[in-house]
Amino acid sequence: MRGPAHIPYRFLQDPSLFAVEQQRIFKGPTWHYLCLEAELPEAGSFVTTRIGETPVVVVRGEDGELRALVNRCRHKGALVCVEPRGRAPTLRCLYHGWSYQLDGRLRLVPFEKGVDGRGGMPPCFDKSEHGLHPVRSARLHGVVFGTLSEATEPLEDYLGPDMCRHFRRVFCKPVEVLGYFHQVLHNNWKLYAENARDSYHATILHAFYATFRLNRLTMGGGLVVNHDGWNTMNYSIGASLQEGQYDARELRSVLPDIGLASPELLDHRLEFADGITVAIQSIFPGCVHQQIYNTLALRQLVPLSHDRSELHWTVFGYADDDAELRALRLRQANLIGPAGYVSMEDGVIGEYVQRGSAGAAPGETALLLMGGEGIASVTDSRANEATVRGFWQGYRTLMGDALDD
Amino acid sequence: MTESALFLRVQQLQTHYVQTIDDDRLEDWPALFTAEGRYAITTRENHVAGLPLALLSCTGHGMLQDRVTGYRRINVYEPQVYRHQTSALVVTDAACGGWRCQSHFLVVRTLQHGAMSVFATGRYLDHVVEQEGTLKFAERLVITDSRQTDTLLVIPL
Ligand code: FES
Ligand SMILES: [Fe+2]
Repeated sequence: MRGPAHIPYRFLQDPSLFAVEQQRIFKGPTWHYLCLEAELPEAGSFVTTRIGETPVVVVRGEDGELRALVNRCRHKGALVCVEPRGRAPTLRCLYHGWSYQLDGRLRLVPFEKGVDGRGGMPPCFDKSEHGLHPVRSARLHGVVFGTLSEATEPLEDYLGPDMCRHFRRVFCKPVEVLGYFHQVLHNNWKLYAENARDSYHATILHAFYATFRLNRLTMGGGLVVNHDGWNTMNYSIGASLQEGQYDARELRSVLPDIGLASPELLDHRLEFADGITVAIQSIFPGCVHQQIYNTLALRQLVPLSHDRSELHWTVFGYADDDAELRALRLRQANLIGPAGYVSMEDGVIGEYVQRGSAGAAPGETALLLMGGEGIASVTDSRANEATVRGFWQGYRTLMGDALDD
Repeated sequence: MTESALFLRVQQLQTHYVQTIDDDRLEDWPALFTAEGRYAITTRENHVAGLPLALLSCTGHGMLQDRVTGYRRINVYEPQVYRHQTSALVVTDAACGGWRCQSHFLVVRTLQHGAMSVFATGRYLDHVVEQEGTLKFAERLVITDSRQTDTLLVIPL
């Protein structure tokens, strides 16, 4: 049995693991990002999403409460809400018109009593037993999470104190959604999950960072892990250390003749008193919360099969942004998303690993040895893979004997 | 300018635009815009909802050029080419001078090992002006029909 520093390529390549992951991880004791409360302004506002394969709708009720429900009609299983977002007075299934209240209770079954007393549902049919299945949900400063397991610990315990503090830092006042990106990745979902936790690659693969001296491993910053490594954050602090230190490395990205014709792209405003300019927070299994300068976003990772996944980005600002700050966020959005100067590579690098690790011998593993084999917070260096090991620790814990050879 | 002469000139601008991209002459691409010209790609999802986020947005030659630099020198991606098909061009007078133009596009992307796919379809919403006898884009807004990007987007649409 090898630890979280040695990851068999089988974990990426074996199609049979997909169903087990759905059961043990996505339906297991884990919390999943669902939406922002700001996306549900009024009674009847809804957002559809998924926890793993399970379709979920989050809806604001007449009483103002948010509820997450399984988006599956109790008659024959059709989706009840079909659009990504919208507003409806009731949740009505298109197929045979079963209609649910905003709190999920079944209120109407067409022809329940039949036609002229013939047909219809049996007299013992009890509508109160056939509401949409509730999904356990919890909110943290306006961020809505859901879990399909009753065994999941309370959200704040699950996240851990540092993760909670960081959500509070960013969600310190009302937010406003600026738009969405959606991306399909030709790789196992775990490759994206670990990529987001991997601070080792950030300034090497994302040559834009190094070329313009934006985010260097030699900068101040660190790694934070909570909940035995399941939840992690990589951050860097703007104040630079020795400039020359980085150039001395043999990185193909340091090309002195490259400059930006329009350097205002890199203008940013220090918004947080702690001086952190880049912070990538990952919540096991599939939620990423980012601050890259003034771009703020939540990313949701959804597995589609063993070699395909989807990534959904919700990009936001604050409701009280002044015009200049809003314009800055939108301009900096050029850095992120599927076409982002610093994140486009993540769209393809997982695919290169997926293709590269195909056909590996049963015992062949990835090596995650930067900074040793431990899984602990690191405050003095980001040349460390502790956060990636943390992800695999969580993965192995939940998958248990399914990973035995 | 007669209506048909104008239409032909806008059509030529479109042809130049497509050729600079599809024939990998992206260095010539910024000059198809005015000095302060704006280029942005957004999804129908964001556009219809009135959400301002763009996948990519450039104002002025500098920002357009930087996208070319990113593509040529900085960013990492699987080598790829596009082939554009455009259709349904409509040209109307713009209140602010120049012309409002609309057209449709379909882009097939071919990757280095041969995989081909319909990468994007959508609409161009343009503001075209004449400068020193040449038509240029004061604005080209690209609205993709799909909200989803396959893998990544590095070459402009
Ligand atoms: S499946 Fe929903 S009403 Fe029949
Ligand atoms: Fe990355």
